[in-house]
Amino acid sequence: MVPALWLTTDAQRGRLTTCQEDTLSILVDNNTRLLVQGITGNEGTFHTRAMLAYGTNVVAGVTPGRGGQMAVDGKVPVFNTVREAVRETGANVSWIAVPAELNATDPILEAVDAGIPLIVSLAEGIPANDMVATYEVVRRSGARLVGPNCPGLLTPGQAKVGIIPGHIATPGPVGVVSKSGTLTYEAVDALTKLGLGQSTIVGIGGDPIIGTSFIDVLELFQADPETEAIVLIGEIGGTAEQDAAAFIRANVTKPVVSFIAGQTAPPGKRMGHAGAIISGGEGTAQEKIAALEAVGVRVAKLPTDIAQMVKEQLGH
Amino acid sequence: MKLHEYQARDILERFGLPVTGGGVASTPEEARQLAEQIGGKVVVKAQVQVGGRGKAGGVKLADTPEQTEEVARQILGMDIKGLTVEKVLVAEAITYDKELYLSAILDRTTKRIVLIASAEGGVEIEEVAKTNPEAIVKLAPDPLLGLQQYQAMQLAFDIGLKDGKQSRQFARIAMGIFKIFKDVDASLVEINPLVIKADGVLQALDSKILLDDSALFRHPDFEALRDTAGEPPAELQAREANITFIKLDGDIGCMVNGAGLAMATMDVVKMYGGEPANFLDIGGGANAQKVAAALNIILSDPNVKAVLINIFGGITRGDEVAKGIVAALGEVSRQVPMVVRLVGTNAEEGARILADAKLIPAGSLGEAAQRVVEVARGA
Repeated sequence: MVPALWLTTDAQRGRLTTCQEDTLSILVDNNTRLLVQGITGNEGTFHTRAMLAYGTNVVAGVTPGRGGQMAVDGKVPVFNTVREAVRETGANVSWIAVPAELNATDPILEAVDAGIPLIVSLAEGIPANDMVATYEVVRRSGARLVGPNCPGLLTPGQAKVGIIPGHIATPGPVGVVSKSGTLTYEAVDALTKLGLGQSTIVGIGGDPIIGTSFIDVLELFQADPETEAIVLIGEIGGTAEQDAAAFIRANVTKPVVSFIAGQTAPPGKRMGHAGAIISGGEGTAQEKIAALEAVGVRVAKLPTDIAQMVKEQLGH
Repeated sequence: MKLHEYQARDILERFGLPVTGGGVASTPEEARQLAEQIGGKVVVKAQVQVGGRGKAGGVKLADTPEQTEEVARQILGMDIKGLTVEKVLVAEAITYDKELYLSAILDRTTKRIVLIASAEGGVEIEEVAKTNPEAIVKLAPDPLLGLQQYQAMQLAFDIGLKDGKQSRQFARIAMGIFKIFKDVDASLVEINPLVIKADGVLQALDSKILLDDSALFRHPDFEALRDTAGEPPAELQAREANITFIKLDGDIGCMVNGAGLAMATMDVVKMYGGEPANFLDIGGGANAQKVAAALNIILSDPNVKAVLINIFGGITRGDEVAKGIVAALGEVSRQVPMVVRLVGTNAEEGARILADAKLIPAGSLGEAAQRVVEVARGA
């Protein structure tokens, strides 16, 4: 029986757009005008400093009650509301550094309300029920949310939105999408050392409810002329990697190399990320690897083998 | 966080859903008193958070209060898959005509709370999904409006409840579990089986509730429901230090920053023939104090023969990690070989701090894993 009210993944996915249709990277680039919500907090200040040092165009910060001040060594004007920041600076991407304890769905909703098309959230530990409602609002608005609980995005040489260390990356043809943070750095570092640069690195986060899934990013990389090969880093829990495999079979012609973390994880134990748990016999690394290999994806045994496999795929 | 059956039953009852009468007992005498109150046949069920308790002899019927006391005496203190039974649920034993299945879960693909129903209750829903997927009906209500009456009725009709009275009861229970899911911040509310008794009345016979750990801060009263019986002391200690730690059975301690890298590190250790003693994520931006606490937790496990420290510095700084290691080395009661791989932010400063300590440096993750397996074998 077909459940009449069951919504398909396709219908669920929001509008797919890059920030600028004419650019040769996905989601963030030289045209990014970044707003940082929670800019005066410890995390906000620390990482904004790093984003500025990388050359990201950070145009505004928001901390309610601190409007009119200058943050991050006097470099970034602070506004009371996102709406005001957008009006005054034309910000088109928001990075949210507000921790989950401080009601981290509120800044996401504020950014949506102010018409920001791309919203990235670092917050770890947002209750899943809150994300269910928040995601629905984001979806209906046509905005894109990356995360929560994600390291963010990096387009090497152009823009860094989030906490991915800039120095390990270099411009090039490999698109990287991952549920993990430091594991991604490991893979990117190895790619760079082998002389393989990256088009864009997207950390989608390991929470159960996330704004942007593997499929969304795969679609962007497939359409991006700058990207020649794709690295997909998954982990135990859920079926996002299996969904990605089905999408790759039907829609992706570029070579994909993958690694799945948690091959030795025991069932029923949450491995750090809220979403990383094998439950009801579902979500094991083995079934994910099998699904990906079945559609021609090469799956690395070691995270540091990813780079060599990409090199072979690109025929370098 | 997983609740016991009796705790889930209490929540269902609080929300006005039909559950079987009875209560929870910690002693055979209490079990007898409950049986006296219930009157008639009862079922005595071990309250342990593992599957297969029925097969292990943890679920028994009793005809009289005396027999209930006797049966409770057998079950209390029993060991089921390594867990000691400390409580039993004493519930009215009822007869029924049919078993249904009903649950509300967090569905990652649709990013909604989804209701799942089936006319084939009493068995694991995963089993039904494999053998007879047609028998499972799903419904993903609008996240902003919630479950509507007509949708809940549709669910009842879709699993073949034709009788108006029964479908209305079913819909009311479905609305109830959806409300519970949202109000208590669950990630699963399951009734299995939901039975239809001979008189046509629906009743929840067994239920399961999983709570969303990220939302527990909103429900301080639930902390009292936590069963730490099956939890190793080191995991408790780690939770207090805000470190994600899971004890495993191997002999190689692992300390890593980031959950994904921590899992991958365990995988690589295993690939080189080693067995990880734990999963440990010190989190992002950990300071020296936290690193020291993590190392102490790892070394408190007597099985640990060697430790692998794998840090890829982003927001975590290599010098802070190194300071923490040095501080911990001064405190720990026992020394084991340690392989350290430190890359990324301030890795050079970290290496300088560690130069005097007796540690084994490694360049790559593969090399680090190989070395730690070697030294664990030699130890």
